[in-house]
Amino acid sequence: MSKTIEGLYYSQSHEWVKVEGNTAFVGITDYAQSALGSVVYVDMPQEDDHVDAEMEFGAVESVKAASDLVSPVSGTVVEVNSGLEDSPSLLNEKPYETWIIKVEMSDPSQLDNLMDAKAYSEYCESL
Amino acid sequence: MEQPISRTCLYYSHVTLGAKMEPFAGFSMPIQYQGIIEEHQAVRTAAGMFDVSHMGEILVSGPDAEKYVNYLFTNDVTDMPEGKVLYGMMLHPDGGVVDDLLVYRLFGGKGFLLVVNAANIAKDAAWACSLAEKYDVTVENMSEDWGEVALQGPEAERIMLEVLGLDMKELVFYTFTEARWKGYRLTVSRTGYTGEDGFELYGSPEAVCHIWKALLDAGVQPCGLGCRDTLRFEAGLPLYGHELSDTISPVEAGLGMFVKADKGDFCGRDAVARQKAEGVSRKVIGIELSDKAIPRAGYPVFAGGEQIGHVTTGYRSISTGKSICMALVSAGYAALGTSLEVEIHRKRISGTVCKKRFYRTSYKKIASGFKR
Repeated sequence: MSKTIEGLYYSQSHEWVKVEGNTAFVGITDYAQSALGSVVYVDMPQEDDHVDAEMEFGAVESVKAASDLVSPVSGTVVEVNSGLEDSPSLLNEKPYETWIIKVEMSDPSQLDNLMDAKAYSEYCESL
Repeated sequence: MEQPISRTCLYYSHVTLGAKMEPFAGFSMPIQYQGIIEEHQAVRTAAGMFDVSHMGEILVSGPDAEKYVNYLFTNDVTDMPEGKVLYGMMLHPDGGVVDDLLVYRLFGGKGFLLVVNAANIAKDAAWACSLAEKYDVTVENMSEDWGEVALQGPEAERIMLEVLGLDMKELVFYTFTEARWKGYRLTVSRTGYTGEDGFELYGSPEAVCHIWKALLDAGVQPCGLGCRDTLRFEAGLPLYGHELSDTISPVEAGLGMFVKADKGDFCGRDAVARQKAEGVSRKVIGIELSDKAIPRAGYPVFAGGEQIGHVTTGYRSISTGKSICMALVSAGYAALGTSLEVEIHRKRISGTVCKKRFYRTSYKKIASGFKR
């Protein structure tokens, strides 16, 4: 069974969000990394790019396939995790410690549309 | 139409090993066990084994077998000695490819074995039967009665000897032998789909299960279809449905050497002879990208702002780390060194036309009396 962390928000497309003030850290869940297999490339936006909730903002790619990254919230990208350029496998090794983008949220109420750890676990089991 | 999903004789072994199973060509097949990268490296540096029991086997026998196979198949089987294997295609009259396949000339005058792609078994069997009407031959689809394991990698010859007791030292690339192992009859060819030395072993499902278990017990890495594709791709080998298809001819795919247009009549000959003489308008090429972004099948290829083709297979090469692909493009852009762009996630990534063989293959082509 895949791991979840209490206190994070989760999307149906298997991203997680950690909130600090008005900043959202976005990564992919343990379920997502396990389903993907070894991540070999992460296609990321650039700083100052705008992302929209439920819109694609990049892709994680395994050897075999590319899988879209969908932003759980809207806002401005204030930082991308440049460490993933050389070590994309961090997403496999430490999915909940490896954020992909940091977003300054324009509408924090969008967090209400996301799941908590318990609801996300149940969602994964239903798949 | 949705077809029921088949299982190979090794299905339960794959599940027990924890393989990630996915539908492929109507079979539930292992995509990976440990991981595509680990399995790929095992084949490049030591050895790995693949369940390829989904492949199709069609037997051709009878007085006209040679004449018939020569009409069905693009390569020339006229002077083909028993024990030899040839690669080639079956063509539609317009030069499109029905399938690519291996042809084995069986010992004892028993005819030919055609080994075809799993996805095309029904189509191929029907095609082979439709062309057989004018010949005194028997065409039998044996696919469900045969299993197949591929043992591939630089250690393959040693493992064949030490684990199975089969001495294959003298077996030359693209030849085969009939062997006995624990009372089972096996057909063993020095062939494969990885760019490495290695063997393909055919036998009854029961024999194949025992061989698989013996190799597994000896610590040979089981490998899934995931790395089968990354390995064949690096070696520049085509995959039907990508680099060859009903609408992509072998000449367009750069495989004209397997089409003997001057051997006498065969299905599709006029079309490919014309393509060879007059040139083709599209070609399958290799492209090396300047960026880490990964090209995937179907992504468009551009030159000077205009789309000139599409990616047929692409990966971040596990062996070299480079982002590379094969692509079908307008022939005017196929010259080595030509600058092209591949669109990846809405960005145009620049690249250069290169050879399709991205990785140096290491086949065991011992100098011998065999002629192609």
